[in-house]
Amino acid sequence: MTDENLLKTPLYDLHTNAGGKMVPFAGYAMPVQYPLGIMKEHLHCREKAGLFDVSHMGQCYIRSTDGSDPAKALEKLMPGALEILKPGKMRLTLLLNEEGGIEDDLMITRTFEADGTLYVVVNAACKDKDYGILEAKLGSQIAIERLDGHALLALQGPKAEAVLASLAPEIADLIFMESTMVTLEGTVCRVSRCGYTGEDGYEISIPEEEAPAFAERLLRHADVEWIGLGARDSLRLEAGLCLSGHDFNNKISPVEANLTFVLGKARREAGDFIGSERILRELANGADKKLVGILPSGRAPAREGVEIADNDGNIIGVVTSGGFGPTLGGPVAMGYVPSDFSADGTQINLLVRGKSLPAKVAKTPFVEQRYKRKKIS
Amino acid sequence: MLKFTEDHEWLNIEGGVATVGITDHAQNALGDIVFVELPEVNASFDKGADAAVVESVKAASEVYAPISGIITEINDVLEGEPGKVNSSPMDDGWFFKITVGDESELAELMDEVAYNEFVAGLE
Repeated sequence: MTDENLLKTPLYDLHTNAGGKMVPFAGYAMPVQYPLGIMKEHLHCREKAGLFDVSHMGQCYIRSTDGSDPAKALEKLMPGALEILKPGKMRLTLLLNEEGGIEDDLMITRTFEADGTLYVVVNAACKDKDYGILEAKLGSQIAIERLDGHALLALQGPKAEAVLASLAPEIADLIFMESTMVTLEGTVCRVSRCGYTGEDGYEISIPEEEAPAFAERLLRHADVEWIGLGARDSLRLEAGLCLSGHDFNNKISPVEANLTFVLGKARREAGDFIGSERILRELANGADKKLVGILPSGRAPAREGVEIADNDGNIIGVVTSGGFGPTLGGPVAMGYVPSDFSADGTQINLLVRGKSLPAKVAKTPFVEQRYKRKKIS
Repeated sequence: MLKFTEDHEWLNIEGGVATVGITDHAQNALGDIVFVELPEVNASFDKGADAAVVESVKAASEVYAPISGIITEINDVLEGEPGKVNSSPMDDGWFFKITVGDESELAELMDEVAYNEFVAGLE
């Protein structure tokens, strides 16, 4: 795809004016970094507040066509407890296939609309695929209303609450994984307390025509800096969060990807979702391989595609995400190893440019997640 | 004698040995450098062979031997402080010293004026 064919988000001009280095990503021209640089952007987000343009992600409303709960329909394809979601609550879930593989991860929010309408955010690279699967498999039961006219901004970091509350004090009352409509600078926006950096923060869905002025308003705050895709990746990796299409794909199950927390207890017992046969079997007997955190012993980063070997030199797995963790101050990675090698502290080796470099299986997150889980009275 | 390559390396050639590093343009394009892998002393390289690796937060990049020769010294300070390549690319951030194995290869290198024009042409 040539640069001319790349899509632009409503904030494209702001990125280029801010000195953003634009690269192709999921069909969009997106900023990989700004003049601050990936390292400082990453650290800024962990210390203050980082603003991310995630407008390339897919946003939609999913409604029922027959008056039933749209979450009930989605539950056929997703293993999370969605039907029980109360208005204003949100949940990470997975879109599964017949073989129990993960097509994508997605965020489902129950809106306050009386018919139980859901607000759904899917990965940029998967949006057409995801909508296609939902329409093909659930077709007549649901209607998808794409919110292509909305930008999506993420404000992440320990100062995110103070920055956003200076515009709308009520957003401080949300806790992690809650979402509501808020008027920000005269514009009705959806504000959700979530994100993908491991930090406290918000995602703000805003009509595209209002998005540039609103982003500029946030950036006027001394604590807010633009953060590009580069730091977005290192932040989510340190937080132990999977990247769709890299850390899992349509052949990998939730058990293998260590995402069993998304499986609702009642859903496991009922087994009433697509691909459940394999998933329930793996839950009972264990999967052959497992996604683990990896801490290289030396300084060399091990990136996606690096092979993992045991101490006898046998290839046992592969790195699926890896790089340098600015907060940790060293290399970090995630990858698949046989379940026998998945215990924390297990010695493994990374084959980087023909050299075998020692590493250990490690707990994730590498850097503590700092979500606001409870209301502070 | 300061010379440059189209791969954005500089060579400071003195008494038959070239000190080699990457240019300010290169370090700026790479971004924050987090790891440098240097060659072994006494290793021998043909011009254009992979001699070192520099990794930024973003990606790994090869550093090619800009001339054929034998490594006489490496800047092992970079193993602990790779950020010196960003802060001082032309001085403290040098990578290795290599003998000038073939004088004729020097003729293909650019001087500073030519390199600056080359970089300007990339933008």
